[in-house]
Amino acid sequence: MAILIDQNTRLLVQGITGKEGTFHTRQAVKYGTQVVAGVTPGKGGETVDGIPVYNTVIDAATSEGANASVIFVPPAFAADAIMEAADAGIPLVVCISEGIPTLDMVRIIGLLKARGCRLIGPNCPGVISPGKSKIGIMPGHIHKMGSVGVISRSGTLTYEVVFQLTEHGIGQSTCIGIGGDPIVGTHFIDCLELFEADPDTEAVVLIGEIGGTAEEEAASFVKGSMQKPVIGFVAGSTAPPGRRMGHAGAIISGGKGTAAEKISAWKAAGIRVCQSPAEIGATVEELLKKRKET
Amino acid sequence: MKIHEYQAKKILSDFGVPVPQGEIAETAAQARAISSRLGREVVIKAQIHAGGRGKGGGVKLAHSPDEAERVASSILGMQLVTHQTSPQGVKVRRVLVEEVVRPKKELYLGMVIDRSTAQPVIMASESGGMEIEEVAARTPEKILKVPIEPGLGVLPFQARRIAFGLGLPADVLNRAVSLVTSLYRAFEAKDCSLAEINPLILGEEGRLLALDAKMVIDENALFRHPEIRELRDVEQEDPLEVEASGYSINYIKLDGDIGCMVNGAGLAMATMDIIKLYGGEPANFLDVGGGASAKQVENAFRILLSDRNVKAVLINIFGGIMRCDVVAQGVIEAARKLMIKVPVVVRLEGTNVEQGQELLRGSGLNFTVASGMRDAAEKVVKLAR
Repeated sequence: MAILIDQNTRLLVQGITGKEGTFHTRQAVKYGTQVVAGVTPGKGGETVDGIPVYNTVIDAATSEGANASVIFVPPAFAADAIMEAADAGIPLVVCISEGIPTLDMVRIIGLLKARGCRLIGPNCPGVISPGKSKIGIMPGHIHKMGSVGVISRSGTLTYEVVFQLTEHGIGQSTCIGIGGDPIVGTHFIDCLELFEADPDTEAVVLIGEIGGTAEEEAASFVKGSMQKPVIGFVAGSTAPPGRRMGHAGAIISGGKGTAAEKISAWKAAGIRVCQSPAEIGATVEELLKKRKET
Repeated sequence: MKIHEYQAKKILSDFGVPVPQGEIAETAAQARAISSRLGREVVIKAQIHAGGRGKGGGVKLAHSPDEAERVASSILGMQLVTHQTSPQGVKVRRVLVEEVVRPKKELYLGMVIDRSTAQPVIMASESGGMEIEEVAARTPEKILKVPIEPGLGVLPFQARRIAFGLGLPADVLNRAVSLVTSLYRAFEAKDCSLAEINPLILGEEGRLLALDAKMVIDENALFRHPEIRELRDVEQEDPLEVEASGYSINYIKLDGDIGCMVNGAGLAMATMDIIKLYGGEPANFLDVGGGASAKQVENAFRILLSDRNVKAVLINIFGGIMRCDVVAQGVIEAARKLMIKVPVVVRLEGTNVEQGQELLRGSGLNFTVASGMRDAAEKVVKLAR
């Protein structure tokens, strides 16, 4: 079944005529994603590889029956693009853009739910349900269909983990990059809830990092509401305090948000924490094997 | 992006927050002149980004223009070392010469974004003049937190709640409400991630003012704040980090001897972590970004190797869209051009990985090809010894 996206997802691409937008639209189509429309204000009427381009999201959505959107729009305009999609009734919006001002996100985030819109990101690689649909910039070929869910704040670290899983013969149900910014639309906890309810997912891998409290909140949920096994890794044990480690949200502030605290919270919640990022695939394999034997 | 105390005070003052009278001096003579103009006891405050200036000897009183000149002379040009600077400290180029206002009460007033609720939150405490993290750790109940609805801003009842929560007398109420509102307006207008007045003081004659001010601006918002970009003081930053930012390379210098070059922030942190796990010490965090073009790789190498401590380098590139043979070419070109002598371990993954590895092995340069992060970490730690 997978979560969030599958073969029925009808995707529209905001920023389709830009370099990133066009490139990743082609990659998505190659993977098998149904890309039904694109939006670039002022380029309505054009096409990209036969995909119709519209001036507004509402036009594209009503004309082509889009039920998801991916945003490849420069950061100065991305919050507006998210709101435009939400306003048009798109239920799932995946925002790839990095560099959106925090206050822009603060201003819109509370308004999305009221419009029935789930936002993934921003500053994320996207969502993929292997074999079914790919929304974002992740390399499709490293993924494999299967039953392990992956939730991550990172981009290439997610690919590293997925690669290890695939190498160990472990496929993925859905992989969600929730993004590296301090304010994101969907948290670990939201995805965990969906995975717990998904009959096709048997275990979940969490990839966290320093900054904020999303990992701690996930721990509470795992402890209180999850039966399925969870395996995790937290990046940034060697990060110095007070510095933004690439991701806008990866910062230890006022002593809070350290990897050590997060690892501790995860262990206390029964999450199997990998000390080494190279051992995640092997750990999941071992855990799943053990479960089958019992 | 950090700005100086005097710059934060100017911004806050423009928005209506009362600050002490004062001016910047870059020479001892200027300090003397300002002290004369103010006509009273002054405090001379070193202007560096790091905190702990007082304890480090960068904040001193002066009771006359003569003394102001002497004190300024001793602080200007000093390498000020505090618990927030490196052991070498930071050179003081300017001082703030300010009227002394003796506090009757020292309070804390600050504003940040609460990540879990995605709202700005005002924090206020009667325990001003000390590290707020300490207060938060020891007596969290002493910090009043008021979340702000982003669409509405600070409502008058919220500002009143804070004013009363700070234990301020009724005759100061209106000014306190105005101050809180002004702080929020500045926070929002300037895209702050932090705006902090510590201490906010109630002084003689009922004066309410910001004795110290700290503002940190959201880097993602700088594109729309040319007036803030102008305030950047690169001397407060590590020169290698400044150079890297010019190439859009995220680089943070650390203390170890194993340089890393990685594509992606999470993977870069995980690479530092695994180096440490296998007994090595990372020399830096470096995210070369999605490009990993030959030019970017060359820039990254140059930055990495400018750190004399680096004895070995680990390159960890997970090529998603980027092909590994293209990355390998770039690494080889850069290493040749820069005549790199230190051993370089390269771990590539993704499309065309075997071709990339072959190119590296056949290059005749001091490359060690690794497969997997564990192999890469073990190899580079051994080479750095």
